[in-house]
Amino acid sequence: MIVADRKPIEEILNSIKEYDKIMLAGCGGCVTICFSGGAKAVELLASQIKMARKKQGRAIEIIECTPERQCEYEFIDQLKDDLKSVDAVLSIACGVGVQAMSERHPDTITIPGLNTKFMGYPIEHALWDERCAGCGDCVLEWTGGVCPIARCAKKLLNGPCGGSANGKCEVDKDVDCAWQLIYDRLKKLGRLDNLKQVRQPKDWRTSTNAGQRKTKFEEAML
Amino acid sequence: MKSGSRLEKVLTAGEFAVTAELGPPQNADPEAIKKKAQYCLGNVEGANITDNQTAIVRMSSIAAAAIALSCGVEPVVQMVCRDRNRIAMQSDILGAAALGVKNLLCLSGDHQKFGNHPQAANVFDIDSVQLIAMVKRMRDDKQFLSGDEIKEHEPRLFIGAVENPFADPFEYRVLRLGKKVEAGADFIQTQCVFDVEKFARWMDMVVAEGLHEKVYIMAGLTPVRSHKALEYMKTEVAGMSIPDELIKRMQAVEDKEAKKEEGIKICLEMIEQVRKIKGVAGIHLMPIGWESITPVILERAGLLPRPEV
Repeated sequence: MIVADRKPIEEILNSIKEYDKIMLAGCGGCVTICFSGGAKAVELLASQIKMARKKQGRAIEIIECTPERQCEYEFIDQLKDDLKSVDAVLSIACGVGVQAMSERHPDTITIPGLNTKFMGYPIEHALWDERCAGCGDCVLEWTGGVCPIARCAKKLLNGPCGGSANGKCEVDKDVDCAWQLIYDRLKKLGRLDNLKQVRQPKDWRTSTNAGQRKTKFEEAML
Repeated sequence: MKSGSRLEKVLTAGEFAVTAELGPPQNADPEAIKKKAQYCLGNVEGANITDNQTAIVRMSSIAAAAIALSCGVEPVVQMVCRDRNRIAMQSDILGAAALGVKNLLCLSGDHQKFGNHPQAANVFDIDSVQLIAMVKRMRDDKQFLSGDEIKEHEPRLFIGAVENPFADPFEYRVLRLGKKVEAGADFIQTQCVFDVEKFARWMDMVVAEGLHEKVYIMAGLTPVRSHKALEYMKTEVAGMSIPDELIKRMQAVEDKEAKKEEGIKICLEMIEQVRKIKGVAGIHLMPIGWESITPVILERAGLLPRPEV
């Protein structure tokens, strides 16, 4: 899932300071699961904004909504009529949702209320960890299911570096060293041979280095 | 000869080799390099010119190496993967060789978090093992990483790598060293050895794998002037092993000058100890911020004058 954090309230208030009526749009997808952009987050943020604006002496009207997924046209197209009456949309979907909204409703300004961070999952209640960098050329087959691209601070394919100590990464002592994890898992699986081979330089063309990526599923194309 | 560097000649002649670190300044002053080069001149096989060490911006290692060369000191240019992609690295490798550099040490590089530009994007297009293989390919196969031919004047470099016997997973460290050797490393400089016992255990594993016959291993040594430096390394630098007895020993000495002398003595004892370990082909001195002590230590260790090769 995509994990995002809410922007600081001061930044949000500043970004909507010139508007008197906005739509606050959440998303029923990933950001609902990570608490930053679901229906509850919409409700909470709307009251925070209203209170702050009242205090500033410039009340604001807010239309609250949480489409099932803000990243799909069919769900955000339904907002068209409501959008006619607002000055802007404050979106608390991920960056994908914000862009879908902007693209589908080009006459309305859409402002992001979240900072989109990574693809990952919760490792315990209310704590998410990054797992995938979307590099476009998966290496998990030989790494014991631990991604060194997303989880090693140096993206090493022949790690670990000299800063791995007590299972932790030198960059952040709260983060596991991906290469220690890879070593431990492969050892358990009896596949340490996987690490003896010198891994060749990665072809980054499948990553973000070749500009915006596209993908299509031929069989399903209309 | 792969490169014809002095370091290569001394190591292949079976002599105990010595290198020392020469950190470039955080400014554009060539005199800073020239001054430090004097501590190395005639005393070491090569002076390691660090590449923006600890991710702090300093004079370019290749530029500093050119200045060292002009002083008669053979540089070991350090190259990290943090700041450049494969295009810039190969370009710099050609440039370094053109300036007369004959030794290149390949490292991943300290993460930018530890430096003075933590906001910077890092590169890590290739890693240190891949860098070693790339330099070897340029030298031996006369090819760029792309496979394009280097028609003439390929860079003739003696390829160095580093290994940290004190980082985790300990038992994997020798396997990884093996990968660096397979990739093409000619010599290895280790992380600072303070824990000689653990280093000896690591060397036993290196020898058991026969790696000491495929690569020259130089033990990294750092003379210290105070117990605080040791305490700092113990608590703040990941992957360091500092025995408490060493800290206590430095702590027990009160006078500042006496502390320096104690630090020198410890370093001399370690030189003695690592020389006796099978497979150790030399030492690499890293007197962080104390370069002037290099000739003193080498003289007292009986490592001067350097052999003629």
